[in-house]
Amino acid sequence: MKSLEELKAIREKAMKKLNVRTAGEEEIKILVGMGTCGISAGARETLTAMVEEINNRNLQNVVISQVGCLGNCFGEPIVQVNIPNQKSILYGKVTPAKGKKIIEKHILNGEILEDLIIGEAFH
Amino acid sequence: MKNSRLHMLVCGGTGCESQDSNKLVNALNLVLDKYGYKDEVEVIKTGCFGFCEKGPIIKVQPDDIFYVEVKPKDAKRIVEEHVIKGRKVEDLLYNEPVKKEKVERQHDMSFYKKQVRIALRNCGLINPENIEEYIAVDGYLALGNVLTTMTPMEVIELVKESGLRGRGGGGFPTGYKWELTYQNKNDLKFIICNADEGDPGAFMDRSILEGDPHSVLEAMAIAGYAIGAEKGYIYIRAEYPLAIHRLNIAISQARELGLLGTRLFDTDFNFDIELKYGAGAFVCGEETALINSVEGGRGEPNAKPPFPAESGLWNRPSCVNNVETFANIPPIILKGPKWFSGIGTEKSKGTKVFALAGKVNNVGLVEVPMGTKLRDIIYEIGGGVRDNLKLKAVQTGGPSGGCITEEELDIPIDYDSLKSIGSMMGSGGMIVMDEKDCMVNISKFYLEFTEEESCGKCTPCRIGNKRLHEILTKITNGEGTEEDLERLVTLGDMIKDSSLCGLGQTSPNPVLSTLKHFREEYLEHVVNKNCPAGVCKGLSKKKPVNKQ
Amino acid sequence: MKDYVKVSINDKEVTVPREYTILNAAVEAGVKIPTLCHLDLHDMKMVNRTASCRVCMVEVKDRPNLAPACATPVNDGMIIRTDTMRAITARRMSVELLLSNHPTDCLICPRNRRCELQALAQELSIREISYSGQMNEFHIDSSSQAVVKHQNKCILCRRCETACNEVQTCGILSALNRGFETIVGPAFNLPMVETSCTYCGQCVAVCPTAALTEVNHVPKVWEALRDPERYVVVQTAPAIRVAIGELFGMEPGTIVTGKLAAALRRLGFNQVFDTDFGADVTIIEEAKEFIHRIENGGKLPMLTSCCPAWVSFIEHQFPDLVDVPSTCKSPHIMTGTIIKTYFAEKNNIDPSKITVVSIMPCVAKKAEAARTELSIDEHDNVDIVITTRELGDMLKEAGIDFDKLPDEDYDHPLGESTGASVIFGTTGGVIEAAIRTVYEWMTEKELEDVEFHDLRGFKGIREAVVPINGEDIRIGIAHGLGNARHLLEEIRSGKSHYHAIEIMACPGGCIGGGGQPYHWGNEEVVKKRQQAIYQEDRNKKVRKSHENTEVLKMYENYLGEPYGELAHKLLHTKFEAKERI
Repeated sequence: MKSLEELKAIREKAMKKLNVRTAGEEEIKILVGMGTCGISAGARETLTAMVEEINNRNLQNVVISQVGCLGNCFGEPIVQVNIPNQKSILYGKVTPAKGKKIIEKHILNGEILEDLIIGEAFH
Repeated sequence: MKNSRLHMLVCGGTGCESQDSNKLVNALNLVLDKYGYKDEVEVIKTGCFGFCEKGPIIKVQPDDIFYVEVKPKDAKRIVEEHVIKGRKVEDLLYNEPVKKEKVERQHDMSFYKKQVRIALRNCGLINPENIEEYIAVDGYLALGNVLTTMTPMEVIELVKESGLRGRGGGGFPTGYKWELTYQNKNDLKFIICNADEGDPGAFMDRSILEGDPHSVLEAMAIAGYAIGAEKGYIYIRAEYPLAIHRLNIAISQARELGLLGTRLFDTDFNFDIELKYGAGAFVCGEETALINSVEGGRGEPNAKPPFPAESGLWNRPSCVNNVETFANIPPIILKGPKWFSGIGTEKSKGTKVFALAGKVNNVGLVEVPMGTKLRDIIYEIGGGVRDNLKLKAVQTGGPSGGCITEEELDIPIDYDSLKSIGSMMGSGGMIVMDEKDCMVNISKFYLEFTEEESCGKCTPCRIGNKRLHEILTKITNGEGTEEDLERLVTLGDMIKDSSLCGLGQTSPNPVLSTLKHFREEYLEHVVNKNCPAGVCKGLSKKKPVNKQ
Repeated sequence: MKDYVKVSINDKEVTVPREYTILNAAVEAGVKIPTLCHLDLHDMKMVNRTASCRVCMVEVKDRPNLAPACATPVNDGMIIRTDTMRAITARRMSVELLLSNHPTDCLICPRNRRCELQALAQELSIREISYSGQMNEFHIDSSSQAVVKHQNKCILCRRCETACNEVQTCGILSALNRGFETIVGPAFNLPMVETSCTYCGQCVAVCPTAALTEVNHVPKVWEALRDPERYVVVQTAPAIRVAIGELFGMEPGTIVTGKLAAALRRLGFNQVFDTDFGADVTIIEEAKEFIHRIENGGKLPMLTSCCPAWVSFIEHQFPDLVDVPSTCKSPHIMTGTIIKTYFAEKNNIDPSKITVVSIMPCVAKKAEAARTELSIDEHDNVDIVITTRELGDMLKEAGIDFDKLPDEDYDHPLGESTGASVIFGTTGGVIEAAIRTVYEWMTEKELEDVEFHDLRGFKGIREAVVPINGEDIRIGIAHGLGNARHLLEEIRSGKSHYHAIEIMACPGGCIGGGGQPYHWGNEEVVKKRQQAIYQEDRNKKVRKSHENTEVLKMYENYLGEPYGELAHKLLHTKFEAKERI
């Protein structure tokens, strides 16, 4: 080990991986509904695409998590965005492409995608 | 690097491994593979979570779900439900014994709520066999900062200011110990890590070494820099194969990255670490005995002075610190001495790990701030006494500690308060006893241990403890007299006063403290030939008439 | 400049050097602190500071527990009390605890009335043992010819271990097991006879109790003396005459040569001979061998071979160097051989009827006498070896009032000796005696001053250069096997530049032998014996071995040439490499 910078470089790289594990209260949470209906509507593809997008953009404060059926089966795949101290937003019919857009617009720029909202979030 | 969306942290401590956590890891991977989720979910074997009572444990992140008592056969359900469908597996959640409700999240569990994890900070969080994970949680940053920005004396002053005291039992201020070794000029000095955890039931050092070995390596290098040593030894008992395995991996990884070896962080500082195996003799926890053992001699103590700081390993200035002490060092450096001294009591700073055991609902390793009340540890973290029986005593400090009674449960515990009530911190053993435990028998049990573990060097410990044990045996056989009780006190006091090392100086503690607090019970044994707890065979088993 | 500190002991203030222990300071203050395990033979480098017995416990102000006076350094302003109830109780209880696990067969114990534990119990007026209980029952190791280990009597002071490991570097004895079962013994608790023990007996010399004693051969001597068929001849080693007086209340260093001869005669020995005779023969053989090695480019340095513990040490520890020592048998074995050949023939006595008894300051001589390769014509050269202490016991049993005996002479002819042979009893003596002869033989000039002061003294390793015929003969001397090891390692690594080396296993040489009267931890005793040895040398008219007329007569009439064929057969031996355990 030659320098602190070298150590910090290793740390930065390793932290990305550990981000999932060290998630705390203050982070942005994206919940993807993974009930049977969600899965059959393509929720898993959406989830994978969003995970990829988060990784690609190297977002440290966002965790993505799956949940059971969110109760709006007509609108699957469903994605809920929880930003600390903000109202939770529930999006419906989120395709992989729309999922990426949610990250780009809502998470990064704070623009809520009104046309994708399908109802009140429960939690 | 592939970043999975789900991390399953499976406890890989010795306790959970013995409950098939290895098979569980394999089963999880197998099922994940079968369902095609291997790329999305990573299964990580971590260090001990401390809640050994309920092992094997899986924590799923980022969902923050804590599963307990997971069997390999549960792997399929966890994948099918939790991974695929995002549903918690309800019956694997922890059932809070007091409130009788299921708890999902670790920090909502009463076992963890009051804990403050500094020494155990990475246990259950990172994969101890992967140095990068340690680096991700700021590992080796303290070493880097120390080497590139601080002088040895500044490091020593910082540790002194933090108020950290030795966690192995003695409670000697760590910074001061470093300073003494620093002051003795010599071309060769040594840092020794005492990993000869010998107290029966105590396993905090093992857990740290298994779950976060790099924190100890890093701290040893920092200590080496502070005192002027380029070589460190970890004296570890050979009965800790998993800890040895992980230490060996950690040492070779650290060497590979140049975090051990020559010219660390491109400075003039060189440091390397070697393991030395002990045969698990209790007395080898005493630093001079430990040093004799490292040198290849018989593990028995020498008269102090000279202290190791003046003349230790191979007659060179040496500094011996315990595993848990070392584990506290990196955070102290990174977060500053004020942060550390802000936790704890006036004279005992930071946290202490206790091995909570005995007749308590939640058995395991708990780390709490100094000054926490025993009552909180037992009734909140520990979930109270098992089977709703009445608490009789708490034994702290291992076999040479003393017993604490119900009346003393609200004393904030630290080094000094424990000493003042006739017990000690020791390495952090904490055994809860209920009304079915016979205190005479308990003290006989402890003496049996110390009598056998005595190195046999000095007279009071070698013969005195034998005689104490004989008198206790006589009492538990119903042949004791009131005079024997006085004899126990006289002899016990003399052994404490005259023995050569800490083992003998504390071995009578269980007898003396139970005699003080439970004299009535002793009297029942010798006068009425009655063992109220019904433990001592051959004696009657009646509730004594309350004389109060 | 020395650094001094002020301490107070029982209200008495003393100023003492900083490196002092509380015990040292107490001596200055005139306060007696009883000790048991402690032993400090500074010049012999034998310091036992195990602080294991816990008898010397004292109270130190502001120290939470009691301090062992023997191992606690003083510091400035220290306030010490030795007379508080707490200190006295602890001290007494330590002794009581030791006694609670110690056999009470004092009346028939070999250390009765000379046992340090017994003396301590008496000093502290211990009248009862408050904490009796189980006692250890270990077997007695009497496997060897020299040392008996009676583990039940061991109080684990560990002095023997210090002597064996630190002074002698033999590493035979160490603590085994734990707790109440702790013992001192060889690795794996092997019988002594199966170890590499040299039987130097230094463990016996420092043992405070009868845990380590010499094998008692007194009954065998009585048996021989009372057998009308036996012709019993006794010989005494040089170091006996300056030490045995101590057993009869005389001052250390009292020379009692005449009384010793008289006492032995009264015991009923048929002849009272002197090992000095054999020592003079040894010098003649050794000097010849040395000159032979120098002149013929033989192996150098040549090492002396008088000391059987030393011989055993080299055989076990340096088996590659067994050709370095002189091949000479030791003086008492030579004397024994001469008794059973030359003397027997001359006086027409059947050698098989002769019993040779050697009085030796040494425990190892017992084992040496049992070495079969030293036998000539199927009988032992020496039949029985007893130590100075054992002889003292015999004289007491026989009711001989040693003190009142007249001075008598040794018997003719093997009682004749020279000053050179007397100094065999001290470190440096053998080589000095050899130089006296070598010098005169090589230069063919008379040596004017026979005293070589460079060779004398008490330092562990000494060296001197003696110019002979323009050549510097370099002499090395070591006493104590630890020092010997040092010289041997130099030889092994080729760094040694000596021509001749004298080695004695025991610190001080034979005067400090394992069979001598106990020195009670006072090295002055041994030093006084050394002074007496040199005095005895000065008392002698003849001070060179090659001027011993009876020795010369023997060569002329019987042996022929020194270092010749018969001399070789009778007086030389060879050493063999032994497996090390």
